[in-house]
Amino acid sequence: MGMTRVGWIRIAVLTIAIGLLELCCRVGFIDRRVLIPPSEMADALVQLLISGQFNDQIVRTFAIVIVAVLISVVLGFALGALIHALPRVRHALDPFFATYYAVPIFIFYPVLIVIFGLSAMPIVLMGVATAIVAMIIATLNGLDRIPRVLTKVARVHHMGTIATALLLKLPAAAPHLFTGVKLAVSYAFIGVIASEFILAPSGLGRVISDAYSDFNNRRMYALMLLLIIVATVVNMLLHVFDQRWAERRGIGKS
Amino acid sequence: MTAVKRAADSLIIVIVLLLAWQALHQLVGATALPAPLPTLAYFGKFLPSGRFAENAWATLVCFFYALLLSYAIGLGIGIWMGLHRLSGAVGEPILISVYTLPKVTLYPVVLLIFGLSLSGRVTFGAMHGVLPVALLTMGAIRNIPPVYLKSARTLRLSQWQTIATVLFPATLPEVVAGLRIGFSLTLLGVLLAEMFAAKQGLGFLIINAMQLLQGEEMLTVAIVLFAFAALANALLLWIEHRLHRSP
Repeated sequence: MGMTRVGWIRIAVLTIAIGLLELCCRVGFIDRRVLIPPSEMADALVQLLISGQFNDQIVRTFAIVIVAVLISVVLGFALGALIHALPRVRHALDPFFATYYAVPIFIFYPVLIVIFGLSAMPIVLMGVATAIVAMIIATLNGLDRIPRVLTKVARVHHMGTIATALLLKLPAAAPHLFTGVKLAVSYAFIGVIASEFILAPSGLGRVISDAYSDFNNRRMYALMLLLIIVATVVNMLLHVFDQRWAERRGIGKS
Repeated sequence: MTAVKRAADSLIIVIVLLLAWQALHQLVGATALPAPLPTLAYFGKFLPSGRFAENAWATLVCFFYALLLSYAIGLGIGIWMGLHRLSGAVGEPILISVYTLPKVTLYPVVLLIFGLSLSGRVTFGAMHGVLPVALLTMGAIRNIPPVYLKSARTLRLSQWQTIATVLFPATLPEVVAGLRIGFSLTLLGVLLAEMFAAKQGLGFLIINAMQLLQGEEMLTVAIVLFAFAALANALLLWIEHRLHRSP
């Protein structure tokens, strides 16, 4: 397929922006105490990763994100399916779902710290709290959009409940479920990093916040760069996967 | 009838939440989590106090400026990228990937530029709110059915008439949706900034109460913020629904 014209322009715009930033830092237009040149950030990151000084912190943070995503996806799907089966509960919960992401739930993080102590537990819970409702809503959407005709097909073929769920309903709801997973990943990431940043015994967010307090700009910008790269790459992979899937479904339909 | 039933069902859920709160309190003890009733009693005492008023005002002022910035810059970027196709096509993926970044990590940069000042907290709040406003405004302008513009041309409307009578009403519902999300995220940004580093504001009060192990105060402030965000969201949602219905 190759790159489109728009894609090339985008790369040019980003390259020029980073180049300008580099130039401003090198010339001294931007103070080193505020921002270090992007090339130095990259250099600091490479040296940090080679030295392995913070590898355990990095592993810890990403492990917490993965645990939070797994809990959110599995539990969110189960709760979504349960709520979908109980229409009255669902109607009662609707206003709560509509409000949930409008409320800054981070204000409850200190409450969790007081209850569970300064450990990984409140951070995992904040990750789950930010991610799980997106998965529940996506599950409800997915189950809503299962065509009625599939239930009839199942009846005609004398399929059991489990076979119907696995062979017909799950594939029909899958695109919406995947949207839920995608949101859960990026929300859990934000929830975990923000919690670590505000207050945590260790982890990547804590190391960045410590480096800021110690005026260690090389370390701070190196780890920020790492987070930005990881977040961008993960989101891009999920996006590409989503697009491929949509394309294949499109081809299958016609 | 159904509205009453639905309200009753929602009330049951609130009661279930309160019972869960009480049960958790029994489980972890009063220092970690005060019970609902003592918190309510503290609520009545704390809200009229000068300390609450001072900090709530600090947060409100900061939030107001941040919201103004979010809306002004967000609408500006959104209108530009919506009208200018090439900029929109080039910029949209960049905006989306910045949108999904955990922006807390960038707060030290803001602090290094502005120091521990009001402008730092305002900037950080605006950083959260700008993107949804810009993305939804851009989407709204791009999704205008071409037939609208054709009829405007057929009627020989001037450029300003087209904007006032066609573009503005057609994009309004979606733009308001962007403003609603921008509102919530700007509030989140301001509170995160206050929680991380500030000596005033409701976010600071929560962290301070946590360090002093004052559970009642922590929960009271959290509930006030919760109620404020929920009510504002409900109001903006109501406006959005009305705009969608009217022709």
